[in-house]
Amino acid sequence: MSAIETTYRDAIRQALLDAMEEDENVILIGEEVGLYGGAYGVTKGLIDLYSANRVIDAPISEAGIVGTAVGAAMTGLRPVAELMYVDFIGLVMDQLANQAAKSRYMFGGQIAVPMVLRTQGGTGRSAAAQHSQSLEAWMLHTPGLRLAMPATVNDAYHLLRDALRQPDPVVFIEHKGLYTMKGTLDPETPDAGWGTPVIRRDGKDLTIVTYSRMLHEAMRAADTMAEAGIDAEVIDLRCLNPLDEAAIFASVQRTGRAMIVTEAATAGSAASEIAARIGESCFDWLEEPVVRIGGEDIPIPVSPSLEKGSIPSAQLIAEAGLWLMRKETPAWA
Amino acid sequence: MTTNTAPLSRYRTMRRIRSFEERVGELFLRGESAGSMLHLSIGEEAVVGVTDAMQKGDTFTTHHRGHGVFLGRGADPARMMAEIGGKASGYCRGKGGSMHIASHALGHLGANAIVGGGIPHVVGAGLTYRNRGTRQVSVAFFGDGAMQQGILYEAMNMAALWKLPVLFVCLNNQYGMGTRVDRSAGRLAFGERAESFGLAAAHGDGTDVEQVHDVASQLVVGARDGRPGFLEIDSFRFYGHARMDKSPYRTPEEEEEGRKRDPVLKARERIIAEGLATEDEATEIDTDAAEEMDAALESAVTAAPPALDTMFEDVFAPGTPAPRPQRDRLRAILSEDAA
Repeated sequence: MSAIETTYRDAIRQALLDAMEEDENVILIGEEVGLYGGAYGVTKGLIDLYSANRVIDAPISEAGIVGTAVGAAMTGLRPVAELMYVDFIGLVMDQLANQAAKSRYMFGGQIAVPMVLRTQGGTGRSAAAQHSQSLEAWMLHTPGLRLAMPATVNDAYHLLRDALRQPDPVVFIEHKGLYTMKGTLDPETPDAGWGTPVIRRDGKDLTIVTYSRMLHEAMRAADTMAEAGIDAEVIDLRCLNPLDEAAIFASVQRTGRAMIVTEAATAGSAASEIAARIGESCFDWLEEPVVRIGGEDIPIPVSPSLEKGSIPSAQLIAEAGLWLMRKETPAWA
Repeated sequence: MTTNTAPLSRYRTMRRIRSFEERVGELFLRGESAGSMLHLSIGEEAVVGVTDAMQKGDTFTTHHRGHGVFLGRGADPARMMAEIGGKASGYCRGKGGSMHIASHALGHLGANAIVGGGIPHVVGAGLTYRNRGTRQVSVAFFGDGAMQQGILYEAMNMAALWKLPVLFVCLNNQYGMGTRVDRSAGRLAFGERAESFGLAAAHGDGTDVEQVHDVASQLVVGARDGRPGFLEIDSFRFYGHARMDKSPYRTPEEEEEGRKRDPVLKARERIIAEGLATEDEATEIDTDAAEEMDAALESAVTAAPPALDTMFEDVFAPGTPAPRPQRDRLRAILSEDAA
């Protein structure tokens, strides 16, 4: 199949469809995944192509859904459980963190849980405090879970296909603000392998480490910085576990400056973890402090202006970058 | 006319469980157990009526008090005891212990120390068997404490909704840790709760393994045909919640009365009364069990602990990136040639 122009949403759907076609053990289970077609339309029509035994509309029982997926994975199926919003993860955290993540370990390697938990997060729809969060740090803090967060159409497809080949539980967090984004899907050619970051823009002055929707803000910020003569490198992590930190360190050791850009609340975030690792391993190369640009440490407000203002923008990223380069101090500083 | 020797076999298993649990207590007293989080199932041996009603290939999950269930499904007591001692030769290589013992080969999908945490896993197993048409059954064993957990009701609803080959078994030993069941449930008719979800419900007498076996057999047959069920077995937890618990929340009189409801002694009396064994033969079963469990205990005491490096194994599958040991990370950061 040759490359096609499609959307992030349809790339995910195509990945599910191809995986289901290839392996009859792949099942989908979640709220509204069948007849409704998914709250964001990702699984539209799949119940017609496969039976209701494989595209399973579940009651509103998030912990039960994930627990069922765990048991199905333990006994040989390849479940893709859908959690409609990552914000609901509090309801499933026992099944995810104590069951899925720890079974292989607690049971001495005897019992694997090869399941994927698909969910979506992030701001952009004025969905307020319980439907807009970026909670990847909760997964990152849980040994035993893999974590992927695609930012592009091609990654939406390939990282999900990769996730479905992993022998361990994977949390796959989509971004609600990217579903309608168009891009090129080349089913034959992933941008990189599972767990390998991709440098989306080469640069020599400053390294921006990011993932998910913030990649696009970071790329716009890099354009703005370029106009001021700053050459920013942008790294898209794609997977947060496994995380190939060597790629990050190599870039920072070239540029001597690092910013980590995420949408999540900053305290205790993935950005904090990456900043700490850079600080530990690139200390001798750093010209400036490692800087985190993240969401404000507040619940997400509903008002569009407040919502937008609570997460990093291309402008904020560019301002911080120019400041870090001692080129220009922002007006608000 | 053939004699039904199954009660004899069930008595043997119950006695082995009793002997095993007594030696788990001894392992602790000798300072050889991994910790004190040891939940003995003494008094609940009638669960053998359920494990005996299951077939090869059937799977199950357990919770805190699951040693007896696992032995009933064919566990090797030496490997169990080694696991409880945190030894490399244990079922889980010394990583799970009493509360997380499992055997993929024997269908034990895992013991769980989150009350109710393992219940939905049998629903998932049931989905697998339904989709594949394998006619296996998956059974969740839990205590009366889990009757108050929301996850049980999510799981019951899904099992009923999808007509899965699943059985929920509540060992009601009257206590969730130190709280008697009538202090944690507004209404004690647990079977009615299950029936209201559309499950077939039955009641087992925890002093009568044969009665438990009769009702469990019917429920297992129904589950295999897609009619999920619920069984509550009334029993009495002879000792404290865990090994350190001296049960200050109940009176010596209550314990004395409770321990009169001894399913092992009752089964023993029965096999003699029914002529399945003489007193001497029953004593021989008891002696054999004691010797077997003595040997399991001693082998666990002398078994080697796991090598330190194995702590990084089994977080993820072999051949995939493993967690980085702290010392490697520090070496990379701090050694002179790192920069």
